[in-house]
Amino acid sequence: MTIISIDGVHKSFGDNRVLRGIDLVVKEGESLIVAGRSGSGKSVLLKCILGLVRIDQGSIRFHGEPLTDRKRTEFLEHFGMLFQGGALFDSLPVWQNVAFRLLRGKQKRPPGEARAVAIDKLGRVGLEPDIADLYPAELSGGMQKRVSLARAIAADPSVIFFDEPTTGLDPVMADVINDLIRGIVDELGATAVTITHDISSVRAIGDQIAMIHGGTIGWYGPVADMDRSGNPHMEKFLGRHRRVDTQAQVPRNGSDRPSAPDRDG
Amino acid sequence: MILRFVLWIGLVCASVGRSTLAMCRAVGSVAMFSANAVSHVVRPPVYVREFGQQLIAVGYFSLPVVGLTTLFTGAALALQIYAGGSRFNAESVVPTIVAIGIIRELGPVIGGLMVAGRVSASIAAEIGTMRVTEQIDALETLSINPVKYLVVPRVLAGIVTMPVLVFIGDVIGIFGGFLVGTQRLGFNAAAYIHNTWNFLEVGDVASSLIKAAVFGFIITMMGCYHGYRSGRGAKGVGRATTNAVVSASVLIFAANYLLTELFFSA
Repeated sequence: MTIISIDGVHKSFGDNRVLRGIDLVVKEGESLIVAGRSGSGKSVLLKCILGLVRIDQGSIRFHGEPLTDRKRTEFLEHFGMLFQGGALFDSLPVWQNVAFRLLRGKQKRPPGEARAVAIDKLGRVGLEPDIADLYPAELSGGMQKRVSLARAIAADPSVIFFDEPTTGLDPVMADVINDLIRGIVDELGATAVTITHDISSVRAIGDQIAMIHGGTIGWYGPVADMDRSGNPHMEKFLGRHRRVDTQAQVPRNGSDRPSAPDRDG
Repeated sequence: MILRFVLWIGLVCASVGRSTLAMCRAVGSVAMFSANAVSHVVRPPVYVREFGQQLIAVGYFSLPVVGLTTLFTGAALALQIYAGGSRFNAESVVPTIVAIGIIRELGPVIGGLMVAGRVSASIAAEIGTMRVTEQIDALETLSINPVKYLVVPRVLAGIVTMPVLVFIGDVIGIFGGFLVGTQRLGFNAAAYIHNTWNFLEVGDVASSLIKAAVFGFIITMMGCYHGYRSGRGAKGVGRATTNAVVSASVLIFAANYLLTELFFSA
C-alpha cells in the first residue's frame, strides 16, 4: 500500500532549479533510500515531504491526502525524524529531548510516564539510563546521534525519516547506527525514508533505492539490483567510475527515462 | 558630459529605489512576523514553563545592569541639574527634575537600551543557533509551532518584565540623585524626598511603565525576528545578533519620541 506519493515535485531557489519533477512512491513498511551526490537535492526533497520547504509545483500525498498547511501538523504526528546533526535541544536534558513530544502537544503524558518512555527508548538505542539527566553538549557525537534516534522513535511513528544518519561518524559507529536503524525499523514495522550518500548505509538499511540526478529520479529499484542497474549515474555512485553522459537515456524501473542535464553539482 | 550626468542621476535614483524597496520589504517582513506571533498569544497551547524561564532570563538577570545604569544616571543628572540650576538660582529644582527626568525619559530609555544590549543579542544568538543547527526544523517535525514555542514566551516575558524592571530602575535612579543631592550637594534628606514625591504625578509613572512595556515588546521581538531569520553559519548568527541590537535600539528611540508626543504634547 502506498503511504507517501510524490508527483511532479518542482522546487527552485532563485535561479537554482533543485528539483525538476520528482515522481516517487513510498510503500508501507519498506525502507526507501534516497541517494545522490552532495547538492543533488536529497535533503530539499526530504524537507518538502516534511513541509519544511514549500514546493513550487506538483503534489505530495500521505495516505492519499495532499500535504497542505492545514493537514501538515496532523501528518507530522505520524512522522519521526533523525536530523543530520542530531538537532538536539541544548537547553534540555537528554530525557526531555527524547520525550519532547510526550511532554507537550496532543500526545502529552504525565512527566513521570514520559521519562519512563524516554529511558526505555534510550535503552533501545543502547544508551544507559544514567545519561538521561546529562545535557547534549556533554555527549559524544555518536551518543548524540543515538539520542536523536531515540527521540525520533519516542512516539512510535509510522514513518521515520533519516537525514544522512552516518555523516560525521567513524566507520565503526556508522555501522552501529546503521544496524540500530535497521533493527528499529523492523521492530516497529515502520516505513523508513533515508537520505544518504553513504553506500554502506544504503546496503545496511535499504529495501528500495531512488537515485536523484539532475533534479529527477535517475534510477529507482531494489537495493539488491543496484549493482547490476547498468545506469551510469548509479555506477558512479557505487564508485565504479565511468564516463557519465548527462544527455544519456537512463533506465528507471526497467523503462528508459530521459535525465535532466546535471547543473546542480 | 550631459549624458554622463544623466547616467549618474539614474544610478543614484536606482540605488535609492533599491534601498527603499529593501526597507519596505524589511518593514513588511517584521510586521508579518510580529502579527503571526501576536496571533499565537491568544491561541492554545500556552507554554507556561517556557514563559516562566523567560521571565527569569529577561527580567531577573537584567536587574543588576538596569539598576547600576539608572543609579549612575540619576547621580549624574543631579550634578548636571544642580550645575545648570545654579546659573539662575534654581538649585532647589534638583529633586523634582531628577524624578521627572528619570521617570519620564531616562529610566525607560536607559533601561530599554541596556536590556536591548543584553536580551536582544542573547535571544537572537540563541534562536539563530537553533536555526543553523536545525533545532527549529526539529521543533516543526515534533508538531510544535516554533513561533508559539520560542517567540511568544519571550515576547510576553519582555512585555511583562520591562515595566517591573523600569519601575525598579526609576526608584534606583531617583535614589542615585538623592545620594548625590544629600551627600555632595548639601540637600536636606527630608526636603529632597518631599520635593520628589510632591511634584510627581500618576501620569508620569504610567507613561514610564507603558513605554517600558512597548520597549519590552520591541526588544524581544527584534531578537526573535533576527534570530529566526538568521543566515547560515557563525557569520549569519553574528549578523543576526548585531542587527537585533541595532534595530531594537533605533526602534526604542523612535517609539520613545512617538510615545512622548502622545503623552505629553500640549
